[in-house]
Amino acid sequence: MAELLLELLSEEIPARMQARAADDLKRLVGEGLKAAGIAFTDARAFATPRRLALAVEGLPTARADVSEERRGPRVGAPEQAVQGFLKGAGLASLDQAEKRDTGKGEFWFAVLKKQGGPTADALPGIIDKAMNALPWPKSMKWGSGTMTWVRPLQSIVALFDGKVLAGEIAPGGAMAPIRFGDTTRGHRFLSKGEIRVTGFTDYAAKLRAAYVILDPAERKKIVLAGAEKLCAEAQVALKADDGLLDEVAGLVEWPVPMLGTIDGQFMDVPPEVLIVSMKNHQRYFATTRSDDMLAGRFVVVANTVARDGGMAIVDGNERVLRARLSDAKFFWDHDRKLRLAEHLPALKDVVFHAKLGTQADRIGRIAGLALEIAEYVPGAERAQVEEAALLCKADLVTGMVGEFPELQGIMGRYYALSEELPVPVADAIGDHYAPAGPHDRCPSAPVSIAVALADKLDALISFWSIGEKPTGSRDPFALRRAALGVIRLVVENRIRLPLKQFVKTDELMAFFAERLKVQMREKGVRHDVVDAVFALGGEDDLVRLLARVEALQSFLGTDAGMNLLTAYGRAANIVRAEEKKDKALAARIAGAPEAALLEQSEEKAVASALHDVERTLGPALKAEDFAGAMKAFAGLRAPIDSFFEKVTVNVADKPDLRLNRLRLLNQIRATMDAVADFSRIEG
Amino acid sequence: MTDPSARVKPTCFQELILTLQEYWASQGCLILQPFDMEMGAGTFHPATTLRALGPKPWYAAYVQPSRRPSDGRYGENPMRLQHYYQFQAILKPSPTDILERYLGSLEAIGIDTSLHDIRFVEDDWESPTLGAWGLGWEVWCDGSEISQFTYFQQVGGIEVDLVSGEITYGLERLAMYLFDKKTIYELPFNRTDSEVPLTYGDVFLQNEREQSTYNFEVADTDMLFRHFADAEKECRRLVESELPLPAYEQCIKASHCFNLLDARGVISVTERQSYILRVRDLAKACCEAWLVTQKAAA
Repeated sequence: MAELLLELLSEEIPARMQARAADDLKRLVGEGLKAAGIAFTDARAFATPRRLALAVEGLPTARADVSEERRGPRVGAPEQAVQGFLKGAGLASLDQAEKRDTGKGEFWFAVLKKQGGPTADALPGIIDKAMNALPWPKSMKWGSGTMTWVRPLQSIVALFDGKVLAGEIAPGGAMAPIRFGDTTRGHRFLSKGEIRVTGFTDYAAKLRAAYVILDPAERKKIVLAGAEKLCAEAQVALKADDGLLDEVAGLVEWPVPMLGTIDGQFMDVPPEVLIVSMKNHQRYFATTRSDDMLAGRFVVVANTVARDGGMAIVDGNERVLRARLSDAKFFWDHDRKLRLAEHLPALKDVVFHAKLGTQADRIGRIAGLALEIAEYVPGAERAQVEEAALLCKADLVTGMVGEFPELQGIMGRYYALSEELPVPVADAIGDHYAPAGPHDRCPSAPVSIAVALADKLDALISFWSIGEKPTGSRDPFALRRAALGVIRLVVENRIRLPLKQFVKTDELMAFFAERLKVQMREKGVRHDVVDAVFALGGEDDLVRLLARVEALQSFLGTDAGMNLLTAYGRAANIVRAEEKKDKALAARIAGAPEAALLEQSEEKAVASALHDVERTLGPALKAEDFAGAMKAFAGLRAPIDSFFEKVTVNVADKPDLRLNRLRLLNQIRATMDAVADFSRIEG
Repeated sequence: MTDPSARVKPTCFQELILTLQEYWASQGCLILQPFDMEMGAGTFHPATTLRALGPKPWYAAYVQPSRRPSDGRYGENPMRLQHYYQFQAILKPSPTDILERYLGSLEAIGIDTSLHDIRFVEDDWESPTLGAWGLGWEVWCDGSEISQFTYFQQVGGIEVDLVSGEITYGLERLAMYLFDKKTIYELPFNRTDSEVPLTYGDVFLQNEREQSTYNFEVADTDMLFRHFADAEKECRRLVESELPLPAYEQCIKASHCFNLLDARGVISVTERQSYILRVRDLAKACCEAWLVTQKAAA
């Protein structure tokens, strides 16, 4: 058994692309090996800012010749089938195939011979193919070459069983080929010259000695442990940020966390501003004090061990941060010279969408909607809803949001508080973009709910009105997220909002239904249960709709529920089978059975049980007591079981009796379908 | 050839320029002079925009005064200017050791990589007005952006034959970092021990004040709209006449008129896009015409 070691050294790879590229390399080489019939036991891929590395273990050093037979279409089959067979088998024409009589006729057969031989002979081709297929999100040419890679490729280590594979990658043009070799380079600044390696263990160890930690997971651990140690010494706590940690681990080969100090003059700027500025511009981690407030220290992760222990690096980073925060403080002070309302005129010049007018137009629509919605939100004071709606976009034209768009809303809230607007208004301005996804916080204050709903409904209604609907993977205006936001706001706050009053087109209603189904499926609700309730149609009160789904799901979780479902299935099957034979039957068996025609006691019992159910069902549905409605069904099960045991439905000689019995079965179906379309439930 | 590392580290703005020129000259670059027209960035210099196209190799470096009227702050912002300097090096085709050469320039200007933290942070470059894009990095030194590095992929909407590596140093920002100054205006322009020591502010503060006033308040917008239209028309005519170089100058002129009009706030958001597209169309036409002459000569 042997090992393959592959390293692709390049100029600096963007952090956000590294993990995916390493996975892709592993997958593509793995697929290549599989296609060539070469087994392996394990493959691990790694990425640093300058390299992708792959170690594949447990490969055979040679493969035997393999021949594989593939049966094709019958001799004389249509051309299309023949072509499909040839293409699948990789043959040029039928001359390369054989005719064989299988006893069931003459068929074409392809005999595919896979050349065996040393594994080392097959590997260069597999590597070349994998590199060609590797899907970088963005790639480029360099020099005079024609090949593309994420950044210029510098060298390739390709070792199999400790020996260099014979192969090369040609960048094209006048550029020298990059030959497979056994040498790489260490850290850009801390290591000099080439490093010769013999295998993966040797490679990883020599890289470490040359100041490169190959494994991103280990780099993350080093960053985290180092940062936490520094924080502990300074009596602050590291503010965890997994996204930032991933990115930082992709920016360094040799992580060295260092602690810097934020100039005290900036500590009265809102903490979100400091955090965003440090994170987005500088990739610094924020820290907190014991009372959870932002602390005046930050963690920067350097990529080097400096001669002076990092003093110059910390000093430089503190200087940059000072300049950055001076900008932020300038915006904070400057923006507050105007009240939020005074920023509004500028929104008349900000185009929201060419066909939907300016942000000022949009605010008008949001304010109108928010007031209508407020009728359905208990405790939402109209004056506050209106003020919050009118001001919710004002921060878009402030300097701070211009610089840090992700602070939209958050800054509006701070500016509202600083001009002493009512807290519910300020909070609604801050919250109105939420929830931004399935895991984001969902506003629960009445004014916030009304404005947040208006913001999203306006986006949905407006974009729908100009035909900008999400399609497949394209959703440039994040309308799926907006619909999910509406759903979460309504459902989590139990707002009894008649959606149809706002969403006037059926198509948009259907979009909501689709989103709701997706959301419920993700929450683990059975999709057939969801379908059964949705099939009723006409429901635009999401709270009621979900109550029905929940009641049905829990009813189906009981024995009574499952048994009744079986009974329903039998009843529905018989009716359906008969309806199929006689198109006119459906009309004739609608409505209640005739009491006079109920002969056997089992029939009468079912009829009377149905009657009882209907008596309880009506009021229960009206009171939205869906659990109660389900419970009423439980009484049906025993009579129906006895009915099927003792009663013949299709009595041949008594057509009236037969019709009446079908009517009875049909009524079971109709009664139950008033709560949900049970025919969609899978047993 | 002088060994750049033997040179005394620069201590003032002009020595920074001299050092970079000397360094890139030692790397085989032509040292060109600034182009004598107003432009937003060194990339607009024909030595980059046009030379990046076509099959001929080209190594050049130069300082380019860059004008961004909207960035004016009347001399009141310590870090923003409407007129500043870029130092630009373009190496076409990009040599395989171009990053090492770039790092050599950092050593030359006095950045000791055993003391400082140098990073290459993803930064894709795009110039909507030039119809150009490339991939590369911002180069950080201790968290401060000190250069931009781009491998050109397309210019004037045309895919390049040979990829240029373009290195741009924002000289004022770099100097602030090197000489530890909090404002641009305190930068020593020449040596502080010179006979007549002057700061950047001594040379340019009044200019920033006056030009900001001109850009934001005084510029005659009717005239600028006319100049834009004239330049656009002339550019088209010159392209027709197969004179790509004069045509491109008219494109540069149109671009600067647009920047001034933009600073004057007389171009609405929707119009803005259409002006950018008009300039891009000119740039594209010039680049295409230039390419014809290059391929013919090759």
